[in-house]
Amino acid sequence: MEQFSGRVWVLGDDIDTDIIIPTEYLALKTIEDMKQYGFSPLRPELAGQIKKGDMIVAGKNFGCGSSREQAPEVIKALGIRCIVAKSFARIFFRNSINNGLLLIEQPDLYDRIEEGQEITVTVNRDIVFDGKSYPIAALPDNLVEIINAGGLVKAMQRRNGLAG
Amino acid sequence: MGMTIAEKIIARAAGVPQVKAGDIHTVNLDRMMTNDGTTHLTVDMYHNKLKNPRIADPKKMVFIVDHNVPSDSAKTAASQKKMRDFAREHGIDFWEGKGVCHQIMMEHYVCPGELIFGADSHTCTYGALGAFGTGVGCTDLLYGMVTGTSWVLVPETVRFYLTGELKEGVYPRDLMLSVIGEIGASGVSYQVMEFCGPGARTLSVNDRMVLCNLAVEAGAKTALFEADQIALDWLEARGRKPKAVFRSDEDAVYVREYTFDLGEIRPVAAKPDFVDDVVPVEEVCGVRIDEAFLGSCNNGRIDDLRVGAAIVKGRKIADHVRFLVVPASQEVYLQALEEGLIDTFMRSGAIVMNPNCSVCWGSCQGVIGENEVLISTGTRNFKGRAGHPSSRVYLGSAATVAASAVKGEICTAGML
Amino acid sequence: MGQTIIEKIISHNTGRASVKPGDIVTVFPDRVMLDDIMIPFIVGKFHEMGFEKVWDPEKVVLIYDHLVPASQQDDIRHYRAGDEFARTYGIPNVHRSDGICHQLMTEAGYVKPGHVVFGTDSHTTTYGCVGAFSTGIGYTEMAAILGTGSLWVKVPETIRVVIEGELAPNVMSKDVILRIIGDLGADGATYRALEFTGSGVESMTVSSRMTMANMAIEAGAKCALFTPDEKTARYCETELDGFQKSLTGDEDAGYCRVMTYRGEDFVPVMACPSQVDKIRDISQLEGTVIDQVFIGSCTNGRLEDLEAAARVLEGRKVAPYVRLIVTPASRKIYEEAAARGILKTLAQAGAVITHPGCGLCCGRTGGILCDGERVVATNNRNFLGRMGTSKVEIYLASPMAAAACAAAGKIVSP
Repeated sequence: MEQFSGRVWVLGDDIDTDIIIPTEYLALKTIEDMKQYGFSPLRPELAGQIKKGDMIVAGKNFGCGSSREQAPEVIKALGIRCIVAKSFARIFFRNSINNGLLLIEQPDLYDRIEEGQEITVTVNRDIVFDGKSYPIAALPDNLVEIINAGGLVKAMQRRNGLAG
Repeated sequence: MGMTIAEKIIARAAGVPQVKAGDIHTVNLDRMMTNDGTTHLTVDMYHNKLKNPRIADPKKMVFIVDHNVPSDSAKTAASQKKMRDFAREHGIDFWEGKGVCHQIMMEHYVCPGELIFGADSHTCTYGALGAFGTGVGCTDLLYGMVTGTSWVLVPETVRFYLTGELKEGVYPRDLMLSVIGEIGASGVSYQVMEFCGPGARTLSVNDRMVLCNLAVEAGAKTALFEADQIALDWLEARGRKPKAVFRSDEDAVYVREYTFDLGEIRPVAAKPDFVDDVVPVEEVCGVRIDEAFLGSCNNGRIDDLRVGAAIVKGRKIADHVRFLVVPASQEVYLQALEEGLIDTFMRSGAIVMNPNCSVCWGSCQGVIGENEVLISTGTRNFKGRAGHPSSRVYLGSAATVAASAVKGEICTAGML
Repeated sequence: MGQTIIEKIISHNTGRASVKPGDIVTVFPDRVMLDDIMIPFIVGKFHEMGFEKVWDPEKVVLIYDHLVPASQQDDIRHYRAGDEFARTYGIPNVHRSDGICHQLMTEAGYVKPGHVVFGTDSHTTTYGCVGAFSTGIGYTEMAAILGTGSLWVKVPETIRVVIEGELAPNVMSKDVILRIIGDLGADGATYRALEFTGSGVESMTVSSRMTMANMAIEAGAKCALFTPDEKTARYCETELDGFQKSLTGDEDAGYCRVMTYRGEDFVPVMACPSQVDKIRDISQLEGTVIDQVFIGSCTNGRLEDLEAAARVLEGRKVAPYVRLIVTPASRKIYEEAAARGILKTLAQAGAVITHPGCGLCCGRTGGILCDGERVVATNNRNFLGRMGTSKVEIYLASPMAAAACAAAGKIVSP
């Protein structure tokens, strides 16, 4: 099973899409242009600090608010490997799956961990932190299909006979 | 020796019996106006650069928020807040969201005979009521605010003798663009344009505003009409009295004179990127447009809206065109509502915005994009004024703008 | 076992006898909505996916609203992308400056009771006001629908919200939905359908129901549903057929939760900075000085909202140094408000009336504020930084309350 480790950035409850990428930047041409403004209303320095392979641990209702898909895309472009939260808002959840950004629901980790600490994720099994195992649920089959295809775009390309 | 209207106004403000072109005088300013373009800078200097700041006479100051309304950024909001708080603290008349500064000044303040500084180049508009209005920067405005005075170098006056009458379908905008086209962008640099003659008497106060407003585009310090009965009646209807009514003396000295027959004027357009590159509209007909703008301190009044509405009534704006209609003041908007003009514009597919500088100012509303073409009743068409540097702006009358919005390309009303 | 409204709609759309919560099914949308701000990304993904045509151009509606009028040069790129997409794929329905997407979709007759509709904006839940299953999705999924005409959905559980009785005269449906969101919490309805019923709901206009359906997403809901009735039929200019008339929750349907309210118990409330579920009675907030009021948005920019504001402001003025911005939700509403003298009343009171569009709600322009300023707004979100800096405080309220605050220059009860 797939396993990876990294350090975490900790954000609170109800992190909304206006925080993840404010509307004023949505007319910028590319995600690359936008990513430097990720999380800026709440933590203006964060986008510059995130390194590839880092992870986010958050409270409940992560990604609530708008349907802007730029939100998971920006997070992915910043190099975040996965988000572990108590719960996710549903549009954000779908958009993330479609973009291959791994989301993991875990009720207890948020209450125990501090920013900068390291976790080890074993997909569909558990997260290990500070010697303790926090179990995670498996994703439903149809979502696994999209992720295995490499995201929805790749799934559609395959359907249309384009090389993936 | 005789004096021109401009010289008489300066003499009165300087408290001397006689002035002549080239003199420098210290003058008492009757009024000062500043808008959200630069007031925050004036306020900063007031607080940071002066030892014992005080305002000579707050009642002479008028602060008007008109350029970025509604606010387009936190930065704009902060500069407007600075202006608002200052006005509130010092008991200065404060207008926000009520219209373009020069329109508000004409509706509520300007009196014949006054000498007025405005921190905006189109302050020359007030000549329509026989007042000497001129644009200054924020530093001059600060000095005026603190001392109530300033220095002026008395400008020469150029006489524009108008005869005849504008033909049907020809408007004051066409007249003034034609004048500027003939004399050039520096044709009256630092001089006063004085409009007179029988032709001047065929022009309403609104018409005169169109002429005076654009004078700065020919380099003028200001423009003036005599405050005749037409002006005085207009003023009285608004409940104001003149400060002084001046006429130019028979033996007043003019450095140059022009004569324009209003009957000879035809619809014209100013081509990108210069206000003085003026050609008959026919020469630019067929140019595809992306946006059209009816508004600004030059052509946002009820007459202009009536002309525009008459043209679009029962018609639709071309699919690919954004037609922005922006009344110059709340008063004009209310009248346009009353007359059903707003309804006509909305039904045609136009975009009707609140009174503000809008597209003319080009900063945050109706901005045009790469390679786009705008035809506008705004005051200027400099490169990049309305948006992207590659965009092109044509200037024309309300009629030309409205007709073009319907057709989707530059044309006159007669071609629809 | 009986079915909830969402179960009935999904069954009908998929041709099944019945569905239950948790089922994953493929639905075939009756209509999709693409708004200007997302269009370049949708088009990009559509091409990347390799589709050569749009499955059914008649079912696609393009609406420019977030960026009208343009406030940045780049906005033009969005118009161009939309116009070109419509031209290339033969899409007839393009609204370039007619108002807010969610207002137009029902107003212009694109959505009918019982429809399945997706839109690239989270407030697509709005059309539940006419008994349609409508919800927001991202641009990648929209691109996939444009090519395939279908999308997978997981049948949601339903929360039933029963409101019996009458609202007090100073209470609007905005106060009702804010209270419900406060009780549910911002994630209290995540993945669920909110089904509204009861005499309190039946007596509401379609416009008032629209406000409630619009805000369902703020409790995390997948969708909101109201039973189509006489009012719906009149609003949609249609006769209800058998299926549409059946769209009511069965007595023996399974609800994961039932919330019951009495209309008389609702009072004017506000959502306080910076969360939509931070609800307080206005009486607890009175006296808070404000700088600006915004009346508009897909939540509360309709005729009855402007009318409510005008009634409050008749013969009065906006408080000195306070800004009131009014943005009607559509061209039709603007025309009607002008004809009825509503705009005159508001303008005379000192309102700045802008062209129909999203305006200040989406926070790009239209009244942006700076540090330390406070705004009372009738839209649906007050998140940190939404209308300016992160030190701007946004209070959400009904149009009646907002108008009262504008006249007073501080928070007051209507």
